[in-house]
Amino acid sequence: MSSFFELVGFGDQGWGGALLKGLWVTLQISFGAFLVGMLIGLAVATVKLNGPRPLVRVAQLYTTLCRSVPELLLILLLFYVGSMGLDQLFAWLGYGGLQLDGTLVAIAVLGLVQGAYAAEIFRAAIQAVPYGQIEAARAFGMRGRALFLRVTLPAMAPHALAGMANLWVVLIKDSALISVVGTNELLFTAKQAAGSTRHYLTFYLVAAAMYYLLTLMSNLLCGWLERRFQRWMPSV
Amino acid sequence: MNTHWIVEYSGQLLDGLGTTLTLLALSAVLGFALAVLVALGRMSRNPLVAAPSIAFTSVIRGTPLLVQIYIFYYGLGSLFAQFPLIRGSVLWPYLRDGYWYIAVALILSVGAYVGEVVRGGLRAVPRGELEAAAAFGMTRRQVLWRVRLPRAIRLLLPTLAGESVLLLKSTALASTVAVVDLLGAANVVRAQTYQVYQPLLLVAGIYICLTFIIESGFSLAERRTMFRRAT
Repeated sequence: MSSFFELVGFGDQGWGGALLKGLWVTLQISFGAFLVGMLIGLAVATVKLNGPRPLVRVAQLYTTLCRSVPELLLILLLFYVGSMGLDQLFAWLGYGGLQLDGTLVAIAVLGLVQGAYAAEIFRAAIQAVPYGQIEAARAFGMRGRALFLRVTLPAMAPHALAGMANLWVVLIKDSALISVVGTNELLFTAKQAAGSTRHYLTFYLVAAAMYYLLTLMSNLLCGWLERRFQRWMPSV
Repeated sequence: MNTHWIVEYSGQLLDGLGTTLTLLALSAVLGFALAVLVALGRMSRNPLVAAPSIAFTSVIRGTPLLVQIYIFYYGLGSLFAQFPLIRGSVLWPYLRDGYWYIAVALILSVGAYVGEVVRGGLRAVPRGELEAAAAFGMTRRQVLWRVRLPRAIRLLLPTLAGESVLLLKSTALASTVAVVDLLGAANVVRAQTYQVYQPLLLVAGIYICLTFIIESGFSLAERRTMFRRAT
């Protein structure tokens, strides 16, 4: 029977280093998926608001699909289909035998799911921007990218902040699902540690504590950001 | 496209659907009851009641559901297995089955997430209506059960629809602890027929239908309980 500190410490019997590495992978996956989700979300929100009809249909299909199918199922589906498809693509391009990085697949899959939720948040945020501001920018001769980057994006950001903060925390928690397909993030590492030492409760509680610290710190940071953004919010 | 597996495994898929639905109903009903208690606890002026409710909400909402499920199933499960008294008891067949661990995890989860929602709803009930109820001579408990809670639920129906869909999606985690729910059934088919994505696609379609049914159910309930909004 080894003590708690030997188990989660950094000695040769300890799993501390492995768990921290898992935490780092979890952070990589979460950050990556957040960025991918934001880009997809912005694109889909723009399409939904003023895209051509058929594209709007596709966007709607995408958001309903991702929002009503369990994330775990999407992960399994996209992981198998995605890695199979990418393998075939690589083989066809002449890069056969290229092993797909689990982290990258995880980022792609979670990002795709995130995008559906982010799209709804961005759509609401864009609609919250007073139309006069966009008209004014147009009157100044701004169009396309300049209009978006200099006026729409800064004006919508405070409205999207709270929603995106929520999504970020949801994403950290959803990243644990990736452990099911065997990418060595935090929960997967905890699972290995629990299995090989037979101290299940210890390692799952330690993993839970690490996730909790992560979400707690995120919430504090988001609260601070929100207070800073308050000054740019139009007074109601 | 090869589809004869659907007939062959239809029994298992239907069983899986049944498991998913009972899990959903069980955790929705018991979870909602817990959520009301948690909401009332958080609003309590007594810190001995409020603090545990706040801590409970924070911890459940701050950690992944999958980790909570592992803590219950593998953690507590392996702990229970060490006691011959529990192992030999009539409860053991139940304590070994992942179903009840998942059910408990989902109930706690609904209690925490919906607890916050219910709290917002209870606070949104117009004061005048509560005062009117009190003026009729209702006790505080009567005001809560007859006026405040029903009114809050009506206000929250759209949010509760969303939470129910999220709960439906959460039930799919049952398949991670060897419970054959809808997704679990798809995994069984996948393992036995080597059909990689067809069973998953079929089950995804069923989840979409269930989501649609939940959402239409709630919007029907919304239309059936119209009331005049206080201005």
